[in-house]
Amino acid sequence: MKTCLVVDDSSVVRKIARRILEGLEFEVTEAEDGSKALEICQQKLPDAVLLDWNMPVMDGFEFMGHMRRLPGGDQPKVVFCTTENNVAHIAQALSGGANEYIMKPFDKDIIADKFAEVGLIPVGQAFA
Amino acid sequence: MTPTEYEYLRKFLRDHSGLDLSADKQYLIESRLLPLARKTGLSGITELVQKLQGLGSSVLATSVVEAMTTNETFFFRDKVPFDHFRDTIMPEVLKARAGRRSVRIWCAAGSTGQEPYSLAMCLKEMGAALTGWRVEIIATDLSQEVLEKAKAGVYSQFEVQRGLPIQMLVKYFKQTGETWQINPELRAMIQHRQLNLLHDFAQLGTFDVIFCRNVLIYFDQDTKINIFNRLARQIEGDGFLVLGAAETVVGLTDAFRPIAERRGLYKPNDARAVAGKPVLAGAVPRMAAIAGL
Repeated sequence: MKTCLVVDDSSVVRKIARRILEGLEFEVTEAEDGSKALEICQQKLPDAVLLDWNMPVMDGFEFMGHMRRLPGGDQPKVVFCTTENNVAHIAQALSGGANEYIMKPFDKDIIADKFAEVGLIPVGQAFA
Repeated sequence: MTPTEYEYLRKFLRDHSGLDLSADKQYLIESRLLPLARKTGLSGITELVQKLQGLGSSVLATSVVEAMTTNETFFFRDKVPFDHFRDTIMPEVLKARAGRRSVRIWCAAGSTGQEPYSLAMCLKEMGAALTGWRVEIIATDLSQEVLEKAKAGVYSQFEVQRGLPIQMLVKYFKQTGETWQINPELRAMIQHRQLNLLHDFAQLGTFDVIFCRNVLIYFDQDTKINIFNRLARQIEGDGFLVLGAAETVVGLTDAFRPIAERRGLYKPNDARAVAGKPVLAGAVPRMAAIAGL
């Protein structure tokens, strides 16, 4: 089973994302900020990270930079999931090593589409 | 439906799905939600809204969102046909048309533009291979309202997140507030025309590629056969027909044959071969068998 780390300071968003991702057959772990997420990644890297941008302690962009420098840190697919919906932020995320980008609000279809886009789930599954 | 109920549903759909209905989409809500209300044992929209406003109706909430959004088309829908377009269709067309250096593509159910614009993006991604070529994409749809939206090329944040890779969004769209508009260069690649597939479409001319996805499912068998046979007359002998994932010509017409290991892709059969084997005479008994007649 593939693993996904959900990083968001809102427990409601984490709960919604968890339900969607478990429906897509991911094993889900949660972190409420970038610093806690980094601790988890230092133990074991997930296959995917669903990543909020603005969070206390350490934001998502800074977390991604640290994670990408861990041994094997180039492997996890990083999908941003944030209310930051302008081109400047999207371009910054992509050049910083993000694989995909979701602008909130999101739903199951968008997550499935984006995860299929980066090869985390088969294309067919996104349309099931 | 009262204005208050409509406003409630608009906000509900915006909050739950990002679907952004303009102020005049009452007909759309009625056409989608009235059947749902009846199926759920409710008397109508009023009772449906009351149910939604009450607590513990998350199943109903999901059904409402689905009923409002499932028929929406999206970019690179089903993905596979666009892979075929890039990896199978276009390489063959580039070779076969190297002499006249022109390609004509018809989106026969262009809808709100996602399919023709997806094809335009595929062609742009091919870069220099098409330099000096004349590329025509004709997108037709029954509804004038839908065509206007396709022409404008303006999509909500929800719409641009369905099927469209983020790199393509950044590359081919311009953001204006909460909406995204496809670049003028891509808009200029497409001609939008109103067309009913039941009527004569010979005036559109002949095409190298016809995308006719998820529209024939709305027609009965005889009409499908009739449309297939007329499509065959508008396609080059070495052209390609692309159908939706759940659609086929098999058992309906001999005018096209499926391409092995390319799901949804069809080639026209040699006209003489088809003429030698009457289409309807062959198709009808099989159809009757399928229908259990």
